[in-house]
Amino acid sequence: MDKLEYSALGQTVYHCVLPNGLRIYVDVRPEYSKQFAFFAARYGGMDLRFRGEDGEWLDTPAGVAHFLEHKTFDTEDGNALQSMAANGVDPNAFTSASMTGYFFDGVRCFEENLRTLLSFVSVPWFTAESVEKEQGIIAQEIRMCEDDPNDEAYYRLLEAMYTEHPIRTRVAGTVESISRITADTLYQCHRAFYRPGNMVLCAAGNIDPQRVADIAGEVLPAERSTAVDGVCCRQEPAQVGQRLTRRAMPVSMPLFALGFKGAPAEEGGALRQRLVAELTCDVLFSPSAPLYNRLYEQGLLNSSLGSFYSSVPGCAFIVAEGESRDPERVRDEVLREAARLGAEGVDQELWDRLKKSAYGSMVRHLNSMEDTCIEMAQTWFDGEDYLSFPQVFQSIERADGEALLREWFVESRTALSVISPEG
Amino acid sequence: MQQHWKRLADGVELAVNQTEKFKTGLLTVTLTVPLREETASAFALVPEVLSRGSARYPDMEKLSAAADSLYGASLAPAVRQRGESQCVSFLCSAIDDRFALDGSAVLEPAAGLMGEILLNPCLEDGVFRRDYVEMEGANLADRIRGRMNDKRGWAMFRLLQEMCAGEAYAVDKLGSADRALAMTPEALWTAYRSLLSQARVTFIYGGGADPERVEDAVRRSFAPLLSGRSAPVDCLVKAEPDGPVRRVSDAMDVTQGKLALGFRTGGITMGSEDYPALLVCNALYGGSANSKLFVNVREKMSLCYYASSVLDKVKGLMAVSSGVEFSQFDRAQEAILDQLEAVKRGDFTRQELTAAGRNVSNSLRGRLDSQSQMEDNRLTFLLFHAAQGREELIRAVEAVTADQVVEAARRLKLDTVYRLTGKEG
Repeated sequence: MDKLEYSALGQTVYHCVLPNGLRIYVDVRPEYSKQFAFFAARYGGMDLRFRGEDGEWLDTPAGVAHFLEHKTFDTEDGNALQSMAANGVDPNAFTSASMTGYFFDGVRCFEENLRTLLSFVSVPWFTAESVEKEQGIIAQEIRMCEDDPNDEAYYRLLEAMYTEHPIRTRVAGTVESISRITADTLYQCHRAFYRPGNMVLCAAGNIDPQRVADIAGEVLPAERSTAVDGVCCRQEPAQVGQRLTRRAMPVSMPLFALGFKGAPAEEGGALRQRLVAELTCDVLFSPSAPLYNRLYEQGLLNSSLGSFYSSVPGCAFIVAEGESRDPERVRDEVLREAARLGAEGVDQELWDRLKKSAYGSMVRHLNSMEDTCIEMAQTWFDGEDYLSFPQVFQSIERADGEALLREWFVESRTALSVISPEG
Repeated sequence: MQQHWKRLADGVELAVNQTEKFKTGLLTVTLTVPLREETASAFALVPEVLSRGSARYPDMEKLSAAADSLYGASLAPAVRQRGESQCVSFLCSAIDDRFALDGSAVLEPAAGLMGEILLNPCLEDGVFRRDYVEMEGANLADRIRGRMNDKRGWAMFRLLQEMCAGEAYAVDKLGSADRALAMTPEALWTAYRSLLSQARVTFIYGGGADPERVEDAVRRSFAPLLSGRSAPVDCLVKAEPDGPVRRVSDAMDVTQGKLALGFRTGGITMGSEDYPALLVCNALYGGSANSKLFVNVREKMSLCYYASSVLDKVKGLMAVSSGVEFSQFDRAQEAILDQLEAVKRGDFTRQELTAAGRNVSNSLRGRLDSQSQMEDNRLTFLLFHAAQGREELIRAVEAVTADQVVEAARRLKLDTVYRLTGKEG
């Protein structure tokens, strides 16, 4: 395996690509008690349409990736959850818009658990009966999310912002869409997306990297495979579909999600765009931001405000979410400040401090093996190296943030989703 | 990793976990007082108002600029409950000096900034600034009222409130919205002074610096806190429910019901001889993915979207939390209780027992990989003088027998059942 030294970060990572196309990263941490493994497919809630083996485009119901994630734990002789739990390990999984990841951490039997993980994810086992039962369980989960005002605000925002891109589809689907999923659908999607060339394995802890590669080579199919052919969607316009959406729910105070529709990053520029976008969020929404402080003092925002940048193939956006007595006023104030900063420039001292602070936060996140592995996988799906962030930081200038403020923070690219109290 | 402990004065202590395993150092200061209805709101509000600004950094913008310059040192107030104590903390996480791009020390200025915030507040007429008190009082009231937004958490909160009604444990660690809104700068100032002079003080550090350096930084930055004090830290443990099972329900506009059940542990707490058995019993019953609640009630019977159990090791409680269809309340409750009866009968396999024991020991070991969990545990251990060290506890957990699990399960007594139902029509 290749040894990658990140001396500024005190990290050593081993890396290789197996003959079957699987990419592997191992972050060796001799002092940690736990070992962690993360096995992910480039497949999420937005991947509804893809090219099958015969070259034909296939359409699948919303929620398949997430449904598949639940059912992947089933094996011919039972359930992988229980067999790993017998080693005191709780494997788990999540599905995002663009990725499905399976992981476990434990303090013993790492190699055995790794084999189980690779095996249950790569060997499908679905029956009509188990699919039907899962429909009941997932319908419950969907209802639970529908009761969550934060989830509801977020998804309604995406539906307002995007008219074509499947990011607007709820990852778990709807009670109706999942009722159309069959065991065949699952086999088809598993075949398409869960092939080594479309996946990545990241592991961390006090482990021997070569053993990780050896075990993956033994357990996974040997034939070479590649990433799945790009997801198809009609051209997404630059502006949002709808600028305001509202719904009443039992909440104590209005919640909002305020979205700014960006442009997807250029090839090779995903990590850089992410860092620039996150710094721009800080310029507006962090506790050091003059705007945030002004709105806080006016009682328009409280400390629940958070902001983030998100990107998946074909789209990138910024969201600020929080609580406010007057979300529309917050939106107007944000747009006004962004326009001012875009024209007059961001204070150099503030920018430098925020950069230093953002660097410190990313270093802090490396404490977590989980976060590090997930970030490495996610960044690899964009074709880039997460741990190169110190160098990328150095190349970022204030002007990059100002350009983003001018281009993304305009009325036509802004949407607001509000959940207001009932009655 | 090396653990150090030192008493700096009566009721004032410093605990250090020295390790270079992490990229950061975490320094916390915790002021612990009895949790009481009359004072909870004020003590919960103090750190929020302090976080708005100090004499040197009078507003949030200046304060957070100071933190940004320390590589984004995160300085967060926290209010935690430990049994019947309210713990008011400031947590400061900053990158270890070896990662500073300009090679400067980060620990000392970070400790200095914490001391500045806690001990040198921004004043107006000799008390806290009125605008800060009013705004933070309103924010705290919103947070208290906002608890109901998370239905799962709300159901657990309501269960424990009803179950422990009349015990200090049931007092909300954030206090009440009404008291928060009614707070005056004078009343809050008095509360702040009494917090500083009476509370038990705990400093905890984890990171690369050696204990002498940490002690030096603490002594320099927190001098006014280093005087002796004698704050009681205790907790009422009720072995048994007071009477027959209490049943409480609330109605809200929700599409999924929540069912929560509270049990008394027969007096078993973290200091008890039977505590390792109770930990394993909980993992076997509802505390892991291999548990009876997960495997049987959720997976096999599909009665709940989630069903799990947790312990409060200080108070001696176990609580089951689940999400169910309205039409399934009775069946789910019956199934949840049946599973506990199964544990009491010893109706579990050797594999289930081994898995549960490993689940507990893995999670105890795993906490060593998280700086914040280590801090949180160390605080509990320091406050309640747990004699048993981690390795000793892990060995005891791994040696727990089926009979001991049955014994621990039999001591669990159902106290209160809480249901969150939908509104009619």
